[in-house]
Amino acid sequence: MSAGTGGTGRHVVGRHVVVVGAGPAGLAAADAALAAGARVTLVDSAEQPGGQYHRMLPDAYEAANPDVLQHGYNAFEQRSMRVIGHRRSTWLADTSVWAIERDDPSRAPLVHVLTGGLPRERRTLRPDALVLAPGAHDRVLPFPGWELPGVFTAGAAQALAKGERVAVGDRVVVAGTGPFLLPVAVSLLEAGSRVVEVLEAARAASATRGWLRKPWELAAQAGKTGELASYTAALARERVPYLPGRAVIEARGDGRVEEVVSARVRGDWSVVPGTERVTAADAVCVGHGFTPRLELAVASGCELRGSAPAEVFVEVDGEQRTSAPGVYAAGEVTGIAGAPAARAEGAVAGWFAAGGDPSARTLAPLRRARDQGRAFAERLAHAHPVGREWPGWLRGDTIVCRCEETDYAAVCAAAGDPVSSEARVARLGTRAGLGPCQGRMCGVTVAELRARLGAPDPDPAAPHRRPVAEPIRLAELAAPPAEREG
Amino acid sequence: MSPRLVPHATDPVRRMETPVTVTVDGEPVRGIAGQTVAGLLLASGRTAWRATGSGAPRGVFCGIGVCFDCLVTVNGERDVRACRRRVHEGDAVSTQARDERGER
Ligand SMILES: Cc1cc2nc3c(=O)[nH]c(=O)nc-3n(C[C@H](O)[C@H](O)[C@H](O)COP(=O)(O)OP(=O)(O)OC[C@H]3O[C@@H](n4cnc5c(N)ncnc54)[C@H](O)[C@@H]3O)c2cc1C
Ligand code: FES
Repeated sequence: MSAGTGGTGRHVVGRHVVVVGAGPAGLAAADAALAAGARVTLVDSAEQPGGQYHRMLPDAYEAANPDVLQHGYNAFEQRSMRVIGHRRSTWLADTSVWAIERDDPSRAPLVHVLTGGLPRERRTLRPDALVLAPGAHDRVLPFPGWELPGVFTAGAAQALAKGERVAVGDRVVVAGTGPFLLPVAVSLLEAGSRVVEVLEAARAASATRGWLRKPWELAAQAGKTGELASYTAALARERVPYLPGRAVIEARGDGRVEEVVSARVRGDWSVVPGTERVTAADAVCVGHGFTPRLELAVASGCELRGSAPAEVFVEVDGEQRTSAPGVYAAGEVTGIAGAPAARAEGAVAGWFAAGGDPSARTLAPLRRARDQGRAFAERLAHAHPVGREWPGWLRGDTIVCRCEETDYAAVCAAAGDPVSSEARVARLGTRAGLGPCQGRMCGVTVAELRARLGAPDPDPAAPHRRPVAEPIRLAELAAPPAEREG
Repeated sequence: MSPRLVPHATDPVRRMETPVTVTVDGEPVRGIAGQTVAGLLLASGRTAWRATGSGAPRGVFCGIGVCFDCLVTVNGERDVRACRRRVHEGDAVSTQARDERGER
């Protein structure tokens, strides 16, 4: 089957656009690509579309009111039905991209996927254009005791509450930085947990400066600010203390979290001595922003932008095109800006990936929304920067790599040792980043710590290089693939 | 003091509950259809079900399949991410320790 011809060969349909990720960005990309006449294959490892923002309840729950947990549910549901029901679209649910193969440097790469339960079916997609919209996961900075059961990422608490109605604890502390802490606290309240306090490490002054600097940009994101206002109101109603300038610096307990230690932090997140306070809690939900899921972009050969390890994203142009031929990117992989921005970027990416008319009138408002989203992301980063001095709360025996249990002392020793001052050698020596998560949890943190300790890794893509993006079993590799799609 | 499922009767999403029973290290545990293995384990009051190389307990951390803290064995299949696998009636779930797996 040659590129650009449909399955039947009778009609020549548009280009074949493969979209990875069915969150706000990917779903919008699929919708726009279909509108531009393309044939679309939409892939997501989840069973339902929606991504992190529009996380759905399982079908088996047969929920009568799924919309009570979500902002913008109706618009999302309409779009997802339009995309999935479209005659030119194929929805591959429960399907993970496990590898990207650049077989021909002049065109979009091959996309290797695995579908379903055991044994998973292996398949290869051959796109004319590839849209990468795999989103992000929570970033959590290490602190003593963060490996104890009962310490969750903020996103985990959100996913469990929204996705299957599990409340992670009775007495919960929510901590970290960024506006995402608010919906997490509200979801917990809504699921019946008692939220003891919300600790925002950014000081009120920094957050206010960031948010109020150019108010017109905020007005443009009215949907988002309205949503945030509703969360603030809910927290006020339940009298949940929201404390800026305070961070969780330790979790303690025998085999699980029983209490957390928090302290006041300065603008650079250095701990103010003598301000430590102990709070009893059976769960702590922590988020220090998000880490983009860059492994597919790195495997596709996309150039990245940014040099500080936590500020590296996929570089895209005004049409969401990456530096790799035929590869577009949208959503949190290009910058952390929230669902509305992800949606706008996705639509622009899908349209151009499909070869849509660059002078189409519908593009102008999308581009505007995209640019406003980027401005919003800028402000977010300004209002909630991760302070440089956070490693001050680490101890020598604080675990940095959760998988291999590499501690801070080992990371420091490797950075100071001339032999392992090279990042790759250090990785082998300390094993940090070599466990089952392949450095997803600690990669950026270790890169940041090593840079501070005078052993920076010159390759910004290093924490994101995972040629095998999803574990694959030998038996699955050995089984013959299902037929390659054209 | 533990994680739990939002009570069915008062849940504003108005959902159905179809009971499911699995075994966890041989002991029968009840849950509902649609839950992930992690959701079921948490709702049954468990917060940890894996031991790391040093023997430290682990359960859910990221909740979305990226941290690999929540690994369990399901029906003999090792290293299944509990937060991503839905439960099925009769599933045999067993907790695992890192050292059994050998070197990667
Ligand atoms: C756990 C979590 C919960 C969140 N909850 C909220 C919330 O309630 N409110 C809010 O405002 N923001 C929330 N966010 C922030 C969220 O990232 C953005 O609001 C928004 O969802 C980003 O949209 P996106 O389309 O870029 O990515 P996402 O929505 O993350 O969608 C990306 C999709 O790509 C899929 N994917 C990734 N890699 C692969 C692969 N290799 N193969 C196949 N599929 C893949 C994922 O399964 C996912 O569905 C959450 C973030 C996280 C991590
Ligand atoms: S909790 Fe992180 S992979 Fe399951």
